[in-house]
Amino acid sequence: MNDFLAQHADILISLVKIAILLFVVLTVNAYLTWFERKVVAHIQSRWGPHRVGPHGLLQPLADGLKFLFKEDPTPAGVDKFVYYLAPLLALALALTSIAVIPFGPDPLHFKGHDIYLGIVDLNIGILALFAITALGVYGVALAGWASNSKYPLLGGLRSSAQMVSYELALTMSVVGVLLMCGSFSLRDIINTQAAGHGLFGLGGIFRWNIFAGPFPQILGFLCFFIAAIAETNRVPFDLPEAESELVAGFHTEYASFKFAMFFIAEYTSMITVSSLCSILFFGGWLSPFPGSWTFTHYLPSVLLIPFGLWVIWDGVRYETIFGKLILPGVGFVIAALGAVFVLFPAVNEFIQGPFWLLSKIFIFLFIYVWMRGTLPRFRYDQLMSFGWKLLLPVSLANVVITASAILWSNR
Amino acid sequence: MNAPLVVFFVLAAMCIIGAISLILQRHPIHSALSLIVVMVALAGLYLLMGAEFVAAVQIIVYGGAIMVLFVFVIMLLNAGLEERTNVSRLAGIGGIPLAIALTGFLAAAVARSQDTVQAAAQTGAVAPTKALSRLLFQDFVYPFELTSFLILVAIMGALVLAQRENR
Repeated sequence: MNDFLAQHADILISLVKIAILLFVVLTVNAYLTWFERKVVAHIQSRWGPHRVGPHGLLQPLADGLKFLFKEDPTPAGVDKFVYYLAPLLALALALTSIAVIPFGPDPLHFKGHDIYLGIVDLNIGILALFAITALGVYGVALAGWASNSKYPLLGGLRSSAQMVSYELALTMSVVGVLLMCGSFSLRDIINTQAAGHGLFGLGGIFRWNIFAGPFPQILGFLCFFIAAIAETNRVPFDLPEAESELVAGFHTEYASFKFAMFFIAEYTSMITVSSLCSILFFGGWLSPFPGSWTFTHYLPSVLLIPFGLWVIWDGVRYETIFGKLILPGVGFVIAALGAVFVLFPAVNEFIQGPFWLLSKIFIFLFIYVWMRGTLPRFRYDQLMSFGWKLLLPVSLANVVITASAILWSNR
Repeated sequence: MNAPLVVFFVLAAMCIIGAISLILQRHPIHSALSLIVVMVALAGLYLLMGAEFVAAVQIIVYGGAIMVLFVFVIMLLNAGLEERTNVSRLAGIGGIPLAIALTGFLAAAVARSQDTVQAAAQTGAVAPTKALSRLLFQDFVYPFELTSFLILVAIMGALVLAQRENR
């Protein structure tokens, strides 16, 4: 038995990592819906979910149960095989793309094995992600086609046209970063940013690709983020599911858990895009402060302890008994986590990388939600001309300028 | 049997089954889906040979962009079930021996060039992307640019055909 474990340790470690990541991603997905509803509600001067659990925190659980127990009718005349394949494809591809993303710089040491945060380190990481995104179109397109209904068909057509158009700009906008870093591997891209020469010779935030020389990738970032929002079918590019025109677009005929699969796929791709933005343009797990400012390493604790105390204080004043019991407990756990980081310097050093990466991902997710709460939807012809006539030329220009700047600075 | 060989046979089987199903399926979308399976399995085979860049590009360009356009057009035209006509007798008589002959020639060529193929796989494994870009943009830069020019001409031809008549 021990021999078996020793021989297949790598596979076992990978399997455990996959299980943990799957659990974390699905939970984060669920709470992302809560976060989105809350933020959009507050943008519109509403309260958002507030009934199920304290502050509506158990709403995602209730929604999940509802998805599981709802009736799942299959419409008449659908192409059965493709109809069932489409949500599977969408979900599987969205979840696979997360596997490529590295979440921290240092490995965990466990019985002589170095366990890196992140499932695989491909040396074609970014290309693999684009390959998975390229296949992701089929989930939406085939769902629209297989449903045997006019609105889904229109949604599927729109989405495949939109995704093909914006994929060009998406890929082109990354080329600038690849030229500056000279690698396809996401880990290498972050490491080159750590070692790179910053704007005005400054460290920290000025070494990130978005500010760093020879040519700051601000244009590249804007193109990438806009194209990525279009790829994930989110506002203001959510024409495939424009509810005022197409009922619910490509997933109109899907109910119950098959609908949930599309939903999870969409939110997972949001997480992937946010991670990519942070890694490619914003230094991944690098701290925005110069390396000599070691006191900033206590920032996670400084944030967590007051937040935990606030949750305890809020919980004691909460209206319902359930909230009075649960919220102080949650607050205590958060504050205790912050205290652990203060008391154990080794742990604190280890979580620095993941802390910064997750904070950046969170900021991008917030921007996603913010845009949904504030921007109106594009018209279809606007969407197409914006993609082809503005985004693609700008990202091409970015490639040319970046390449020239690198050649000029290497003279 | 070692692991890469098993993976090879699985991918090869996927390719062949996908290709057969591509011909036998009666609905255009099902045929397109079979073709996607073939493309992805081919990418897997490239990956097995250490050509990661080619594998990724295979999926991005063929599996993604081109096949999405196929599916898009099929959906746009709302193409129904294919109607079978009686198979041409000439194709039945001439096609099968020709197909067998072609397979034989290809197998013979591959069997004979085993050394060069292996050498190529090994040099590719060191820095595949860099080696590939050297080939494309230094050694074969003129043929490469000529090919892109050819594609440009094709795009312009399509534009001319699709243009509305000005009156």
